[in-house]
Amino acid sequence: MNWEILGIWLGAMLTLCLYSFLYRDNPFYKFAEHLFVGMSAGYWVIYTIENVLKPNWWQQMFPEDGGFNWVWIIPGIFALFMLARIIPKIAGLSRMALGMIIGAGAGVNMVGFFQTNAMAQVKGTIISISSGGAWDIFSSIVLVVGVVSGLVYFFFSKAHTGIVGRTANVGITILMISFGASFGYTIMARISLLIGRCQFLMFDWIPTIPRLLGIGG
Amino acid sequence: MRLILPLSITFVTGMIMVLHFFVPHQPIKFLGDNLQEWYMIVASAAIFLGALNLMHVHFRKIKLKLKNWKYSPVTIIGFMLMFVTGLIYGVTAARPFDFMFMNMVAPMGATMFSLLAFFVASAAFRAFRASNWRATLLLTSAFIVMLGQVPIGAMIWDKIPLAKVWLMSIPNTAGQRAVMIGAAMGVVSTSLRMIFGIERSYLGGTD
Amino acid sequence: MASILEKLEKILEKLGNMDRRIIFILIALSVIIPLTLNLIFPNPVGAEPSRDMYEYVDALPSGSDVLLSFDYDPSTMPELQPMAIALVTHLMRKDINVVGMALWPQGASLGQEVMSSVADSLGKVQYEDWCNLGYKTGGGIMIVRLGSSMNAVFPTDRDNLSWDEIPMLEYISDLTSFDLIITLSAGDPGIPAWVMMAGDRFGVPVGGGCTAVSAPQFYAYLQTGQMVGMLGGLKGAADYETLVGIQDGQAVKGMAPQSIAHLVIMSFIIIGNLAYFTQKKKGGRG
Repeated sequence: MNWEILGIWLGAMLTLCLYSFLYRDNPFYKFAEHLFVGMSAGYWVIYTIENVLKPNWWQQMFPEDGGFNWVWIIPGIFALFMLARIIPKIAGLSRMALGMIIGAGAGVNMVGFFQTNAMAQVKGTIISISSGGAWDIFSSIVLVVGVVSGLVYFFFSKAHTGIVGRTANVGITILMISFGASFGYTIMARISLLIGRCQFLMFDWIPTIPRLLGIGG
Repeated sequence: MRLILPLSITFVTGMIMVLHFFVPHQPIKFLGDNLQEWYMIVASAAIFLGALNLMHVHFRKIKLKLKNWKYSPVTIIGFMLMFVTGLIYGVTAARPFDFMFMNMVAPMGATMFSLLAFFVASAAFRAFRASNWRATLLLTSAFIVMLGQVPIGAMIWDKIPLAKVWLMSIPNTAGQRAVMIGAAMGVVSTSLRMIFGIERSYLGGTD
Repeated sequence: MASILEKLEKILEKLGNMDRRIIFILIALSVIIPLTLNLIFPNPVGAEPSRDMYEYVDALPSGSDVLLSFDYDPSTMPELQPMAIALVTHLMRKDINVVGMALWPQGASLGQEVMSSVADSLGKVQYEDWCNLGYKTGGGIMIVRLGSSMNAVFPTDRDNLSWDEIPMLEYISDLTSFDLIITLSAGDPGIPAWVMMAGDRFGVPVGGGCTAVSAPQFYAYLQTGQMVGMLGGLKGAADYETLVGIQDGQAVKGMAPQSIAHLVIMSFIIIGNLAYFTQKKKGGRG
């Protein structure tokens, strides 16, 4: 059995099943959709066991050179608490695990976001004014005005009237240009995905058909 | 009372991570490093929880013969297929688990999202209207980017890619940055509220 | 004259109510026909962030260590896989050690596929020139731990080989051991997590590639220097293929259908607007 051709045909058949949705919802699409969900979940679980739980928990708790590292029981218990959510009687225990996940996430993100997405951005906006020729200065002014007016637009604690309203209007204009750019990029992304699938069907799958039928090479 | 323990855990873990940033020395470093390793284990449990929940939903669908229940065995079989082959053969390349991933999961994942190409085109045709000057600006910006991104843009006029680069680097950056700074302030305030127990909706209510 | 205009209005009205399946067929044809004709358009690379990325990687001396994180899954494979191939080819041609890992589980398999195939074609040896550490949960928090110890997070590689048994990792202790971190990112965790937790916190240069959907937001990181360069979508991948000199690259081949499809969608938008204004005018008259 040629495993390569089998693999290509499996991929092609499932691809066509999913594309059949473009005509209308049908059993082939539903089959492939449900299969995809199940197999993806299975993949996630296996990788979590093989790449995370085995090396980062089990082998730490029971090292190769023997012995037992008791401290690793603690994350194990928290992980069990998380799973307790599926048993209604003890579902409350999952709050402990959630508390840990949320607390650690909040702690790291609070400083991370402030440093990277707030302070560094403010610094980048200020420094942009200082360099370049006439066109660069114009660009820097557009950047500064755009950032400031955009922020004013998102500031809802003051009514958007008078000077605040006018600044917010400039902000919306800049945001519209930004959203237009995002839309352009989104079109590109979606088309790229389609191109990838067409390349697979046309250059990987279709050439196998004559081979299977014994025509051509 | 049953919220005090989880809220205390949130406070302690949150503060450890904040202090770990500012004071990367012992004993904070020891606590922070261990917490980061434990976090990976507990976060893994969330993946198991998701998978168990998925199985529960589909078994329930079969049991109660809910809408489209006939497809639920496909999800369950797909899950078991990956799970069992993964346990038996491992994740190493050129084994059954890897074969199924590369030839079934990967094509399906790629196709699922490529369907959006058709729907985004249809939506653009029906809904993208230059109904006022701001919408026209949005449309113009989108057209410049769409032409500037592809070789045909430069073939039409060689200045289009330059216009795209400027548009992306200046007005787009300004708009994205305003959103970024605003969202960052939101993250900071929400994180503070969580660490200090003011925001507790993630624990399932305020009781 | 008036009858011609009326006819045109009627045509536009009909086009405005076109069945969506006709749109679907036209989109499919706009991709299939250029591919069938093997149409290839030259892809000029201007002062784009992809050029910055290429120049940064090209300036790295041979023997440097680069961490390449495959933070995507099959849903974005057509955009990010060609980038991965072009980047790994460039890195390996320059004799740079490539350490792969993934913040997304499916990225571990996709990364393995890219690294092993490029390594085989260039005669590179696993564990000496490249390795795949595999997937870890935890996103940003895990990256912070990598900043103090790589070994603590990756006691073994993807195939369960112990860290100490991998010769190329002998001098790698934490993130600061790397000369560059490259992330191929389809969402969260991805570029923001690496910039925040590795770039800004530990001072390691970060570059990367991302889907076209998320590219506009990362221009803010480029202007501040928080990213050394970026490949955005299929265009970014095509730019890198062109700069590296990959013949018959998937992304460069994709730029012709991409061009035609963009023109078709733009035509749809124009026709849709003409139909809208015609109907609006009619409504106003009535």
